[in-house]
Amino acid sequence: MSTAYPTTWRKPPQMIQSRGLRIALAVGAVAYLVLAIGSVEVNWTRVIAGIERAQRFVAGFLQPDFNTRWRDISNGLMESLTMTFTSTVVGVLISIPIGVGAARNLAPRWIYLICRSIIAISRALQEIIVAIFFVALFGFGAFAGFLTLTFATIGFIGKLLAEDIEDIDEAQAEAIRATGASWLQLITYAIQPQVMPRLIGLSLYRLDINFRESAVIGIVGAGGIGAALNTSLSRYEYSSAGAILLIIIAIVMMAEYSSGYLRKWVK
Amino acid sequence: MLRIEGLTKTYKTGDKALSDVSFEAPQGQVIGLIGPSGAGKSTLIRCINRLVEPSSGAVWLNEVNLPTLRSGELRRARRRIGMIFQEYALVERLTVMENVLSGRLGYVGFWRSFTRRYPGADIANAYRLLDRVGLMAHADKRADALSGGQRQRVGIARALAQNPELLLIDEPTASLDPKTSRQIMRLIVEICRERNLPAIINIHDVVLAQQFSDRIIGLQSGRMVFDGPPSGLTEAVLTQIYGEEDWTAMQKGASEDAEAEAEEKAQAEKMLRAL
Repeated sequence: MSTAYPTTWRKPPQMIQSRGLRIALAVGAVAYLVLAIGSVEVNWTRVIAGIERAQRFVAGFLQPDFNTRWRDISNGLMESLTMTFTSTVVGVLISIPIGVGAARNLAPRWIYLICRSIIAISRALQEIIVAIFFVALFGFGAFAGFLTLTFATIGFIGKLLAEDIEDIDEAQAEAIRATGASWLQLITYAIQPQVMPRLIGLSLYRLDINFRESAVIGIVGAGGIGAALNTSLSRYEYSSAGAILLIIIAIVMMAEYSSGYLRKWVK
Repeated sequence: MLRIEGLTKTYKTGDKALSDVSFEAPQGQVIGLIGPSGAGKSTLIRCINRLVEPSSGAVWLNEVNLPTLRSGELRRARRRIGMIFQEYALVERLTVMENVLSGRLGYVGFWRSFTRRYPGADIANAYRLLDRVGLMAHADKRADALSGGQRQRVGIARALAQNPELLLIDEPTASLDPKTSRQIMRLIVEICRERNLPAIINIHDVVLAQQFSDRIIGLQSGRMVFDGPPSGLTEAVLTQIYGEEDWTAMQKGASEDAEAEAEEKAQAEKMLRAL
């Protein structure tokens, strides 16, 4: 004798058990979306004017003019690259102790809380806001940009490094601790070898984020290629702006490719 | 010499991992610590060098009571206690030599260790140990390039680099094949004999424990339920430690193993003589 097993099976609901509530939520979400889109005012005359400008912009982009503003462009570029490199190096150097302090398995609780708060503040404030703040404090120019990017790097590297340290193979750390090693020796013998490839990878990644960000924060006055881009846009010199964008794209792609290659190499 | 008195460990969760464990380990004695998973074997050896903090009790190593030490003194005490780990616990991205030299961390200052400028005597000793465990040719390889048995040999060399007065060994053969397991156990026992070192080997392979240790301690739910010579491990005792199981079959298998090994050895000797 055999038992009759059911021949159909349906996946049980994973999140919301009640069927009525599920339908109500779906209907509600769609209704809100329709109402929300309806509430956005669309001014068609402005859209048409915008399209016109976009055409000129695309035309300028297709005929980039590197020559007329070359001095501005090259100065901005040098400033951006300097800012990117210095802020990444300084930011990474500062974020190493902060990252170690923010790792629950290494730091005592009060240090952990301090370091986590620094990281949280750095991550909560978007680069542009920080840049506006530093420009207001120290005036226009690359110094404000350098500070902004350093500040942002600390949050980024600090957090990811701390998480990587929390994920290490504890057995290796235990073995080094068992030899009678001091805390600093534990860091350099058990932790550093485990996280170094990732730290290098993250730093290279941050280097290329910082370059992109340097173009953005330049627009609010923090110097670099972004400032040059902003100037040419406000003068309606779309062919110069196109040239600057092309340069930015080329550099970002180069950075992307080379950092990917380097990261593979440091395994 | 190691003397443990009334060692107890209660974890924060309320689990009692060890209750009132007391025994003495004289010079040169290899003690096999057996018991089912979760009996507290790992906790016991970690309570000795305080990788796990004991809740109460005394651990006397040559007239120093380890649980009372403060962090600086503890580090000085730890450097005389060599530890060998289950999954080798080598720092995989460091070279074999760095792993062996890391046994000296307790003896050298931070800058010396950071810049890898160890005293000449330490380096010579590290080479001597690598030679002793048969890995001279692998000194500059990264630890993750070695096989399991080789890694465990590096682990042994690292523990010996500490110039220990006591060896704590946590499941040395758990991730090794049967033959390599025997080689590693034999190496450990030989070294303990050479240096007259006491060793506590936490091991769940009863047969290996019987074959290689001078004395067996059985743990069951954190209590010592057996302490005696390997020959005293009768079926009744094993049942008390592990629960019901067909022990005679296992032990028969073991004696066959030993026979096969003796035969192999005899054959090897014959070949040597022939050469």
